[in-house]
Amino acid sequence: MNYHRFDSLIVGAGGAGLMAALESSKRVGTAVVSKLYPTRSHTGAAQGGIAAALANLEADSWENHAYDTIKGGDFLVDQTAAEVLCKEAVDCIYGLEHMGLPFDRTADGRISQRRFGGHTKPNPKYDPAAPAGTDAAKPRVPVMRACHSADRTGHMILQTLYQQCIKQGVTFFDEFHMLDLVMVDGECRGIVAIEIATGQLHTFHAKSVLLATGGFGRMFKVSSNAYALTGDGPAIAYRHGLPLQDMEFFQFHPTGIYRLGILLSEACRGDGGIMFNGKGERFMEKYAPNLKDLASRDVCSRSIYQEVRAGNGIDGKDYVYLDIRAETINKYGTSPTGQKVDSAWVERRLPDIIEFARTYLGVDPIKEPMPIQPTAHYAMGGLPTNLEGQLLRDAAGTVVPGLYSAGESACVSVHGANRLGTNSLVDLVVYGRRAGRAMARYAQEVEFKPLPPNPEAPTKAAIDALLSRPRTEPWVKIRDEMQRTMMDDCGVYRTGESLTRARDTIVELKERYKTLGVQDKGSVFNTGLLEVLELGCLLDLAEATVAGALARTESRGAHSREDFPDRDDARFFKHSLIYSSGENQTSVDYKDVDVIYVEKNGERVPKYPLEIRKY
Amino acid sequence: MSTSDSATRKLTVKIKRYNPEQDDAPHWEQYEIEAHPMDRVLDVLLNVKWYQDETLNLRRSCAHGVCGSDAMRINGVNALACKILVKNLKGDTLTVEPMLGLPVIKDLIVDMKPFFDHYKSVMPYLVNDDPAPTTERLQSPSQRARYDDSTKCILCACCTTSCPPFWGDQKYVGPAAIVNAHRFIFDSRDRAAADRLEILNDTEGVWRCRTVFNCTSACPRDIKITQRIQEVKRALLTGNVDVEADSTETLEAATH
Repeated sequence: MNYHRFDSLIVGAGGAGLMAALESSKRVGTAVVSKLYPTRSHTGAAQGGIAAALANLEADSWENHAYDTIKGGDFLVDQTAAEVLCKEAVDCIYGLEHMGLPFDRTADGRISQRRFGGHTKPNPKYDPAAPAGTDAAKPRVPVMRACHSADRTGHMILQTLYQQCIKQGVTFFDEFHMLDLVMVDGECRGIVAIEIATGQLHTFHAKSVLLATGGFGRMFKVSSNAYALTGDGPAIAYRHGLPLQDMEFFQFHPTGIYRLGILLSEACRGDGGIMFNGKGERFMEKYAPNLKDLASRDVCSRSIYQEVRAGNGIDGKDYVYLDIRAETINKYGTSPTGQKVDSAWVERRLPDIIEFARTYLGVDPIKEPMPIQPTAHYAMGGLPTNLEGQLLRDAAGTVVPGLYSAGESACVSVHGANRLGTNSLVDLVVYGRRAGRAMARYAQEVEFKPLPPNPEAPTKAAIDALLSRPRTEPWVKIRDEMQRTMMDDCGVYRTGESLTRARDTIVELKERYKTLGVQDKGSVFNTGLLEVLELGCLLDLAEATVAGALARTESRGAHSREDFPDRDDARFFKHSLIYSSGENQTSVDYKDVDVIYVEKNGERVPKYPLEIRKY
Repeated sequence: MSTSDSATRKLTVKIKRYNPEQDDAPHWEQYEIEAHPMDRVLDVLLNVKWYQDETLNLRRSCAHGVCGSDAMRINGVNALACKILVKNLKGDTLTVEPMLGLPVIKDLIVDMKPFFDHYKSVMPYLVNDDPAPTTERLQSPSQRARYDDSTKCILCACCTTSCPPFWGDQKYVGPAAIVNAHRFIFDSRDRAAADRLEILNDTEGVWRCRTVFNCTSACPRDIKITQRIQEVKRALLTGNVDVEADSTETLEAATH
C-alpha cells in the first residue's frame, strides 16, 4: 500500500484549493492532490472579472454588493455568508494584488473595474415620481465592481495562486485522481487516490480534508465546463450518505458559443454588448426594462429561450446574436462611461473572446454579431458547508469532523438560486481562504486517528470489476444519453412531466452503467477507466439534481418549473438537501435560509426583505 | 461537434502510439474518420478514442485553448489539439504524435515534470518584501503593459518542445521558463529581477536561445516569445531593466 500522511489534505487545485493550500501550509503540513496539473484547472477559464466594492472608479460599498448577491440569488442566499463574502472580497482582492496578480489599471494606477450583470448601486438621480422609462425612474443602476485583467481574469488568479504555492513550497501530487473518502464513525480520516501515471492506488491519511473539486456541468449536453468537471468530490460524499444542497439550481450562462457552449464572457455585455433576436430587436428591453442586457443570467437565459420558442431565433433557429461591435455599442450608448468607443478599444477589453469567436465560429466579432445560446455553466448547489467550510451532514447543521469544502463543489450558500457573474471567483478566494485556515486550525487541535484496515479495498474492487468485465457498449453512449436528458428535461425550463422522464432515464442509465467494462486493461495512464469512473459521479449528481428539481414545485432563480411558474416563499423559502437513500433512491429534506434581522423603530425586521425580483 | 451544416470529410488519422506495458518502441496506427470542417483536432482524436479504440490516451480538459493540456505535434507542428480546426488541415491525412524533447509516458502523453522543473527554477513568482500598503500597490497602465504579453502563458510546453536547442540539450531551461521569468523581471512591483537574471545568465539559461523563432510560431497564445527572450538578453547585456512600456505597447494595453 502506498501510504502518505499530512495534517491537511486538499483535493483539487483550482482557485479554492490553491487559496486554501496557501493558508493551510503556513500553519501545518499540507498537500494538494489534483487529477490535473494545477494550472489546467478550470478557474483558469474564468474571464470577465472578480467583484469587490473597491470603489476605484465610482462610489460603491460592500453593502451594495451584498444586496445584489442576495437579490441575484432570488433570496435563497444565506445572508451572513453573503455579507462575509462581500466584506472579505475587498481584502482578498488586495491580497491577490500583493501576490502579484496583474490586474488592469486605471489611469492613476489602481485596479481597474468594469460592469457586470446584476451588480448595481442605488441610482443617485432616482425619483419615484419620474415617468417610466426615464433614467430617473430606475431605482438602481449598473456599477463598475468587477476587477479584471482583460477577459482572462481567472487565468491570472490561477497562475498567481500557483506561483505563490511554488514560492511557499506547497507539496503537490499532480495527476492523482481521488476515488474515495476514508470515513470512519462519521469522520473523515483521509482519501484514496489513483496515481494516473502508474495506476497504483495511494492512501492519504489526514486530519482534515478539503474537497475543492469544482463543478459538474458535464452532465449537460451544451456546457462551458471542461471535460474534467465531473463533480468527483460531491458525488463521493453523496455515496457516503452526506447530503447535497440546492442541486436543482444549475446556472445556464446566456452567451455560450452556439452548439459548442464555450463561454463568451458577460463582460461583453458589461462593456456595452447587446443581444439581438432574428428580427433585429434588442429583446432584453421586454424582459428587463431597467438593466436590459445586464439583467441576471437566469433572466437572460430564459429570455433567449422565450425568443427562440416564439420563432424569433436567428432564421427561426435555436440561437440569437451577441453583438459587441463598436458601432452597435455607440448606437445604443451602452459603453460603460457612455462615451464613444472604437474597435481597438473592444479588442483591448475582450481579446480572448474575439479570438474564440474567430477560431470556433469563423466569425469576426469586430465586424459581425456572434451566434450564441445558453450553456450549462455553474452549479449553485453542492456540499453544504458553514462559514468555515466545514461539511454539514443534516438540516440541523451537524458538522462532519475533518471534512471541508470550498468553491463550486461547496454550497455555503452565497449564490442561492442564481449566481451573479464574477461572484464565483470571489467565492473561491474568500471561502478557500476561510476553509484553509479552519482546516489547519483543526489539524493543530486534534491527533491522527487510525485508518481502518485496507481503506483502498472498495476502490480496488470497483476498478477490478471494470477491468474484468467485457466491453458491452461504448460508455459514451450512456454519457450522451445522460447529457441529452439533462439538457432537454432538466435544463433552463422544467416540468413535472419532463423531470419524471429524466428521473426514469437516469435510473435506467445507472443500471446500464453497472454492466460497463472498459476496453483498455492497462495500468499506465488508463484515461478510459477514469472517464468511466467520472461518468459514475455525473450519474449520481444527475440523480440528485433531478430529485431536487422534482421536489421543488415553484420557480426561483435558475429553477424554472413551467407547471409552477411563481416563486412560493410560503413553501419553498428554504434550501433543499438531497440524500442517497438506497439504490436509485433519494430522500429530500429542507433547511431554513439564514436571514439577518435588524431593529427598526423598535421592531425586529428582516434586513433584506423579500421582494419580487425585477431587473 | 460542429457549428456548420457543411458536409463531413473523410480523414485518415495517423497516430503515434506507445504503450509501455506492451510495446518496445513507438509505432504508428491509422484510423479512418468522418469529420466536420468545424471539428477540432481534439474532437477527431476523442472520436477515435470513444468509438474506435478506447486504448488511445491523451490529455485534455478545457477544449478551448486556455488550460494547455492537449499540446501535441499535429502534422509536424506543435499546437493545442483543441485550437486546430479540421477545415484548416491541408490534405486528407492528419498526423499526430507526442511533443518532442520530453519522455513519452504513453501514446500522446509526455512526462511534464522536466518542463515544470525548469519553470520552477526561474523564481516564477512575485518577490517584494516591502511592507504592503493597505490597498493595492500602484502600477501605471504603462508599467502594466510592459509585461502583459508574458502573463498570457498557459504552460502548455508548445514552445519549449519545438525549440531545436532544447531538443539538443534538455538541461536548457527553454522558452516557456524564460517567458515566465520575463513576466516578473519587467513587473515594476517585483524586487528580484537581479536574481532571475543571474539564473538565466547560466550556461543553461537564455544564451542557449539561437533565435530560431519556432517557439513564437508554436505559441497558442500568440506570445512574442523570441522578442521577450531578446529583452531578457538585452537586460543582461546592458544591466538595465526597463519596467515602462513604450508608447505603442501602452496604447495596446490601456483600458481606460
